[in-house]
Amino acid sequence: MFDIEQYYEAKSVEDAVRLLSEHEDAEIISGGTDVLVKLREGKGAGGTLVSIHEIPSLHGVRCLPGGTLEIGPATCFTDITNHPLIRRYVPYLGEAVDTVGGPQVRNQGTIGGNVCNGATSADSAATLQTLNAVVVLQGTGGVRRVPVTEFYTGPGRTVRRHDEVCRAIEIAPEDYVGFTGSYMKYGKRAAMEIATLGCCVRVKLDEAGETILDARIGYGVAAPTPIRCRNTEGALAGRRVDDPGIYELIGTGVLDEVNPRSSWRASKEFRLQLISELARRALREAVDRSLNHEAPKTACSDEERR
Amino acid sequence: MLKIIHMWVNGREVELAVDPRESLLETLREKLNLTSVKKGCGVGECGACTVLIDGIATDVCLYLTMWADGKHILTTEGLKSPTGELNPIQQAFIDEAAVQCGFCTPGLIMTAVEIVGSGRKYTREELRKQIAGHLCRCTGYENILNAMEKLAGC
Repeated sequence: MFDIEQYYEAKSVEDAVRLLSEHEDAEIISGGTDVLVKLREGKGAGGTLVSIHEIPSLHGVRCLPGGTLEIGPATCFTDITNHPLIRRYVPYLGEAVDTVGGPQVRNQGTIGGNVCNGATSADSAATLQTLNAVVVLQGTGGVRRVPVTEFYTGPGRTVRRHDEVCRAIEIAPEDYVGFTGSYMKYGKRAAMEIATLGCCVRVKLDEAGETILDARIGYGVAAPTPIRCRNTEGALAGRRVDDPGIYELIGTGVLDEVNPRSSWRASKEFRLQLISELARRALREAVDRSLNHEAPKTACSDEERR
Repeated sequence: MLKIIHMWVNGREVELAVDPRESLLETLREKLNLTSVKKGCGVGECGACTVLIDGIATDVCLYLTMWADGKHILTTEGLKSPTGELNPIQQAFIDEAAVQCGFCTPGLIMTAVEIVGSGRKYTREELRKQIAGHLCRCTGYENILNAMEKLAGC
């Protein structure tokens, strides 16, 4: 038995918003792989849960008119990795969430929970930062769209208000068309591990495959919240991909833009080393993938809408 | 407050009054006496409580019974044929000596059922990744992988 005082199964997002506004102590539960573990440890014991587990509209990946990818927040990691739209347009996001926990956890854990619990170590975080993903929140005050780059306010804290439910995560076509990417996770073992550090680098090259038009660098665990490294991104734009100097540039540039700490998982010094090395490796893989013509040339289309 | 749910467990329709605070692990073990479903870590790290929910391998220590309403649950008790023969996966585990103390075995067998049921073939490295959500402290995994390779290996 979990130590819950009250439990509500929301039938719709509106229903969940109403339940949250009626119960000040209520917490949202979706996949349960974080909330129920915390309850086992006694955190949040005796509280109220509002479940959004059984709301069909929160599941799945869709293509919206105009080519925006819409990810349902209650979509589990396995379904994201395997979804045809994800594999075709943002495969590196599917790879990133495929590093969460183990298979059974990925079958239950959701991307909305990964974002909304505010953890800097979330495996989707670095990649969503580089995608300029938009978190769509619905509350008693209506719907608002918050860029994920402005979503976090501190460790475990976000701008989401108590009565707001994440309704969708959106990725605009200008943030994925023409891009390749790579997510590199460091953990002490290959599975069942929270990231010591996570790094996503994405690039868009010119048509000839010679010059970087746009570079995006995102990190998890390199600061109290997931972050972007915009100065280094700017310095990479316009550089030739056959110039070995780009790897030196990214490896040293990012060090001025991060703020890692020491924890029992790793020291600050080790994290700084990872921050440089993973960026170099992720950039190399992203460039290789681009030269291998893996970047999507167009946005998702109406035919793929479901 | 109890709630009535309907689910199918090992092919049998079950109607149960459940407490919303119950995990499916507790319901399966304590109300339905399906003791193949083991309680290990209780936090989704060891895989001993793995069952299939609508065909998907799930750690039921982190699954509220309320969510099982209308769903199909399969545990190792549901694997043997009507004439009492073992499932080929169970037989492969025996043939390859993939069992020592046996505590992780039902969970691993359910993951193997999901893998074999997918119809595709896996490299040994892919199988290692597929069983990463299970802890086995006896076998060193090699014989477990040998058993799985027999049925789902490339």
